[in-house]
Amino acid sequence: MSSHYEAPIRRPLIVGEKSYHDITVEVAAPVEGKANKLWWTAFAIALTAFLWGLGSIIYTIGTGIGVWGLNKTVGWAWDITNFVWWVGIGHAGTLISAVLLLFRQKWRMGINRSAEAMTIFSVVQAGLFPVIHMGRVWNAHFVLPIPNQFGTLWTNFNSPLLWDVFAISTYLSVSLVFWWTGLLPDFAMLRDRAVRPFQKKIYSLLSFGWSGRAKDWQRFEEVSLVLAGLATPLVLSVHTIVSFDFATSVIPGWHTTIFPPYFVAGAVFSGFAMVNTLLIIMRKVSNLEAYITKQHIELMNIVIMITGSIVGCAYITELFIAWYSGVEYEQYAFLNRATGPYWWAYLLMMSCNVFSPQFMWSKRLRQSITFSFIISIVVNIGMWFERFVIIVTSLHRDYLPSSWTMFSPTFVDIGIFVGTIGFFFVLFLLYARTFPVIAQAEVKTILKSSGEYYKKLRDSNHE
Amino acid sequence: MSNKVIQAMYNDDDVLMDAVKEVRAANHHIEEVYTPFPVHGLDKAMGLKGTRIAITAFMYGCIGFSFSIWMMNYMMIEQWPQDIGGKPSFSFVQNMPAFVPIMFEMSVFFAAHLMVITFYMRSKLWPFKEAENPDPRTTDDMFVMEVAVDGNEAELVSFLEKTGTVEIKVTEKH
Repeated sequence: MSSHYEAPIRRPLIVGEKSYHDITVEVAAPVEGKANKLWWTAFAIALTAFLWGLGSIIYTIGTGIGVWGLNKTVGWAWDITNFVWWVGIGHAGTLISAVLLLFRQKWRMGINRSAEAMTIFSVVQAGLFPVIHMGRVWNAHFVLPIPNQFGTLWTNFNSPLLWDVFAISTYLSVSLVFWWTGLLPDFAMLRDRAVRPFQKKIYSLLSFGWSGRAKDWQRFEEVSLVLAGLATPLVLSVHTIVSFDFATSVIPGWHTTIFPPYFVAGAVFSGFAMVNTLLIIMRKVSNLEAYITKQHIELMNIVIMITGSIVGCAYITELFIAWYSGVEYEQYAFLNRATGPYWWAYLLMMSCNVFSPQFMWSKRLRQSITFSFIISIVVNIGMWFERFVIIVTSLHRDYLPSSWTMFSPTFVDIGIFVGTIGFFFVLFLLYARTFPVIAQAEVKTILKSSGEYYKKLRDSNHE
Repeated sequence: MSNKVIQAMYNDDDVLMDAVKEVRAANHHIEEVYTPFPVHGLDKAMGLKGTRIAITAFMYGCIGFSFSIWMMNYMMIEQWPQDIGGKPSFSFVQNMPAFVPIMFEMSVFFAAHLMVITFYMRSKLWPFKEAENPDPRTTDDMFVMEVAVDGNEAELVSFLEKTGTVEIKVTEKH
C-alpha cells in the first residue's frame, strides 16, 4: 500500500467502498442494462431534431444557399456562428484528456472518456457547416490538395480557410485515435463480460483483441503520454486557426491580434460548460455519482470561472484597443456592437459569459449541482451569442451606409442548427448506452490512492 | 523442450508486484503478466526494456514536417506560382510564414497517426484479432503471471503458492 500514498488533504476522487470488481460492474451496467423510458424519450426528441435538420440540409443543397437568411452585406451568419460554437465546445474534451494528463491531474480520469466523446461528436457537427456552406457540396473534395483534371490547379496554402481544413481534420482524426486507443482496454472488459454471442462479437471487434500484457500496457501509457503531448499544442492551434479565419481579414471588428488567445479561452469556457451539462445528467441517469463526484463538477466550475474571466478581459481589451487605435471604423464597429441594433445580443453575451461565471467564486454555489447545471446552459447560450455578435455585428454595417442591413434567420437556418444539436445528442445518447463511459482501467489505477475507502484505511493504519 | 507454463492468478496489484520480484529473484522465467490496468513499475520489476515508441513518434513528426514543406513548395512555388492578392509566390522563404500552420498540422498528423499504427502493429492489435488473455477475469480484477516450467514442476507450483496466489493452473503454451 505504501506505493499508493497520496496526501491526506486531497479529497477522494472515488466515493464509497469500491473494489476493482465494483468499478467493472458499475461501468458495465449502463451498457448491459436496458434503456429506460427517459432514454427513449430523449432519443426520440434528438432523432426528430436530427431529421428536421437533415431535411433542412437537403433543402439547402437542392435549392441553394439562397434559402438561408444571408444577404449581400451579411454573407456569413448562423452557419459560421454554429461552426465556431461547435468547434469551441469540442475543445474541452482534449483539454481534459491531454492537458490534464500532462499536468498529472487525476480527476480527469472520471470524465475524460465522455469529454472526448463530446469532442468528437461536436467536431462532426462543426465540420458540417463549412461543407454545406460551399453550396456545391459535391465539390467538397476541392479543399484537399489532390491531383485533378486541371493538372496544376492546387489549393491556396496562403488562405486561413485552407489552414482550417487541415487543422480541423487533423484535430478530428487525432482525437478519434486518442479516444479509441484509450477505449481498447475498456472494450476488452465489456467483451470478457459479455454473455450474448452478438455482444461478444461486437466488443471483440471493437477491442482489437486487447489482452492486457505488461508490454502492451507499457506502450499504451507511452502512447497516451505522447498523444497528450501532441494534442495539447494541436488543440491550441485549432482554435487559433479558427480565429485566423476572422483575424487575417480586413473587417473592423475581426482584424484583431487578440483573437487567437481569446478564442482559445472562449472555446475552453464553452466546452467545460457543455461537459458539465452532459455529465450532470449522465452521472445521475447512469448511476455514476461515485466516479463523477461533486468535486469534479466543482473543479470544472473553477475552470469555467477562470476562462470566463479571461474572455471578459478580452472583451474589455477589445473595446480599449478600438478606442486607443484612433481608427474611426474600428471604433464604430465596437460602438455599434454595444449600442447598435444588436445591443441585446451584446448584452446577452456580456451577462452570460462575463457576469454569470463570477457566481462561482462562492463555494456554496459552485458545489450546487442544480446551480452548476443552470450556469452551464447559460454559458452555452452566451458563447453562441458571442460568435453571433462577432460575426454578424461586424458585417451588417459595412463601409457603405447604403448597404447597411440586418440579418434574420430563415426556418432553414434554424432547422440546420437545431438539427446539429439533435445529431449531437443522437450520437451522445447512443454512446452512453454502448460505450464504457468511464475510463475504468485508468480509474482502477487511482483506486488505492484516491479512493475514499483506501484513503480511510490508510489513515487508520497511520494512527 | 516443454512448452508448459504455470498461470498463477492474483487478486491484488501489490501482491502481484511482490510476487514478480520474488519469482525473478528465484531465477524463474516470467513469460507474461496480464493485468486489467497498467500497474506502475511492473515493467521494471519484470525486467522489460523501455519502449522506443516515443522516438518513432518524433521521427514520424519529422517526416510529416518535411513532407509538408516539400508539398507546399511543389504546389505553390514550383509547379504553378501565382500572384494571389498582390503577394506573388515566387520564393519559398518569403512565402514560408503562411505555410507554418500547415507545417505544424502535418507534423502532428504524421506523428500521431503513424505512432498509433506502430503501436497497434507492435502489440498486435487490429479488428478481428482474437484476444489472448488466459482468463476473462484479467480485464476485470484479476492479475495473471505466466511462469515457464523449467525443471521441477511441482517445486515451482509450491513456490508460487507461497507468493499469495489465489488460483494456479498448469497449461500447455501454444
